[in-house]
Amino acid sequence: MDSPLIPEGVKRCSPKVFFFWTLPWLGLLLWGGLAAILCLWKGLNQTNMSNIFAFALWIVFDLGLIALGAGAFFTGFLTYIIGKKELKNIINAAVIIGFICYSGAVAMLGIDIGQPLRGWFIFWHANIHSMLVEVSFCITCYLGVLAVEFIPIILANRKLQEVKEFRLFGHNLHEIMAVFAATGTFLSFFHQGSLGGMFGVMYARPFAAREGFYIWPWTFFLFILSAIAVGPCFTILCTKLTEAISRKKLVPDNAVQLLAKISAWLLSAYMILKIADTLAWIYGIVPQEGLTFMDFFKQGPYGVWMVVVEIIICGILPAIILMIPNARKQTGWLITASLLACVGIILNRFMFIIVTLAIPVMPFTRFWSYLPTWQEWGLSLAIVGYGILLFSLAYRYLPVFPKELELNPNLETRTA
Amino acid sequence: MEEEHVHGHRFGMVIDLDKCTGCGTCMVACAAENNVSVRPDESDKQRSITWMQLFKISNGKDFPDTEVSYFPRPCMHCNHHPPCVSVCVATATKLDFHTGIVSQIYTRCIGCRYCQAACPYQARYFNWWDGYFPKGKGLDRYLSPEVSPRMRGVVEKCTFCHHRLMRAKNQAYAEDRREIEEDEYVTACAEACPAQAITFGDLNNPEHKVSQLIKHPFAFRLLDRLGTEPKVYYLSSRDWIRRLADNFLPGEYHPVVNKNWMEREWSTKPGRDTF
Repeated sequence: MDSPLIPEGVKRCSPKVFFFWTLPWLGLLLWGGLAAILCLWKGLNQTNMSNIFAFALWIVFDLGLIALGAGAFFTGFLTYIIGKKELKNIINAAVIIGFICYSGAVAMLGIDIGQPLRGWFIFWHANIHSMLVEVSFCITCYLGVLAVEFIPIILANRKLQEVKEFRLFGHNLHEIMAVFAATGTFLSFFHQGSLGGMFGVMYARPFAAREGFYIWPWTFFLFILSAIAVGPCFTILCTKLTEAISRKKLVPDNAVQLLAKISAWLLSAYMILKIADTLAWIYGIVPQEGLTFMDFFKQGPYGVWMVVVEIIICGILPAIILMIPNARKQTGWLITASLLACVGIILNRFMFIIVTLAIPVMPFTRFWSYLPTWQEWGLSLAIVGYGILLFSLAYRYLPVFPKELELNPNLETRTA
Repeated sequence: MEEEHVHGHRFGMVIDLDKCTGCGTCMVACAAENNVSVRPDESDKQRSITWMQLFKISNGKDFPDTEVSYFPRPCMHCNHHPPCVSVCVATATKLDFHTGIVSQIYTRCIGCRYCQAACPYQARYFNWWDGYFPKGKGLDRYLSPEVSPRMRGVVEKCTFCHHRLMRAKNQAYAEDRREIEEDEYVTACAEACPAQAITFGDLNNPEHKVSQLIKHPFAFRLLDRLGTEPKVYYLSSRDWIRRLADNFLPGEYHPVVNKNWMEREWSTKPGRDTF
């Protein structure tokens, strides 16, 4: 039925199977849509956020998505600026994943603010001292850049290619992609950093506060480094997941291995700096504020185990696995390490957001707990549904993986 | 900017915790004065709005050594670099260098709540619901025309009853005066406190009582070590309270010295404030 839209020569599942595949994700979208409508109509009282937990699950999802989506700009940078040609086989997937992450994050932020209709005030009444302004400016601009990077992939659709104007436009856009890759790199560098800066500058919250260089706290640089270290891991994970579901090899090993190797070095560098930063914080800022490291973990479910899991199990361990060539060449180890690295970065963002707010600063105030409502889960999971749906549509109708035919010359499998 | 600040006003507050009885009049007066919205059920303390919040603190000891005190906490109106001001995305909150008051522009706030995350005093409140002033209970008749009620989805906080400053300035202008007198601008909580535990005035004016009280050995500020420079000071003769107002590593806290002087001068007898 939809075969004229499917890229030439490749095998895709029947429309019926594809329809059933989309159902659970459409269900998630429906759930999220209902939650979004309720929040817009009735207000943020639909969530379990409070004056204590001003930031909650949505912000954790946002920061997690933006960190994991960093694979797009970093792979673009490596492909078009550094000239790593082998990454051209994975760049389309990286761009689509980046677009999903960023558009999802922006959509969530639109619901998360108390007055969504005033969102444009960030640009109109911009407070240039606020890290969140820098984040908003860069994310908005970068989403535009990602959209531009996505257009040539959409225009490469078999049916659209038949239109001469589209073909020419897509081709010309592709030719100047280096400009957009450079712009994207610049913008991403600053918003990844500013997201870290957002927490480091909260000097009255000792758990998050960090000293730094000029106006940037160390978290500014750590967030950039962690995002470019783990972003490619997420790209690898998504690609491997697509390969597992479609039961096909889609990306040549050299592209995946190069990304894994670069990730290994960056993750190692990040871990060294993260440990140095943590030690400087424990022995510098924390005692200055009259506290000890253990004071932060006296109440509630958050314990030192989180720091151990973040730094050792989800930081040093994946860095070592990815660093060993024989280990990262084995799919099992590669996926384990990538997964651990992704969990580690989400845990890092979770701690900067939730644990920072949960720990009372005034000695006589109590610890409050927070559990998200179904509306919060709904909107968050809707982004997952939206991501899988968009990626599935892109995989079905667009030539996302240029080497697919070459890698699967005689394959007759059903794919999603 | 700094020079302007020194020559301008720096309104502040001194709360005497030894006098505070925990009656809560300050909270009620504040809420009534500033059109603070209520909820049919106010038991959700994580989401209720109390610009002036009263904490009950204890020395943690068992009977008969138990001591309890009440700790009123308005917005601290931090000086120089308030944690909430620099983070606001839409410039909806600002430190006025002429008055020292940290303001909040409700119609500009987008409700991102970054300021709440940055404030260590939990002094900022988000409007999780639409404003609620039930007519059947007569609350609508208490609405003050001087203070704009807040809409859903914005952050609000203590303004040191800024409208009262405007009122006093208008009065002074009408009477052809350039400056306002000390008693012309007082916050609602200070005015209402039956124990007169709250003193309000210009910290930059050496003749104002607040500027004298903050020099008292018993004066301290909440979480002073963070460097937020609050303009709200507290007074207490009890060391455990002073210790509970900040974080200290073992051995860091030094009790107020000159115990004899304290015992002689700092009692509950009338006229004790003229130290």
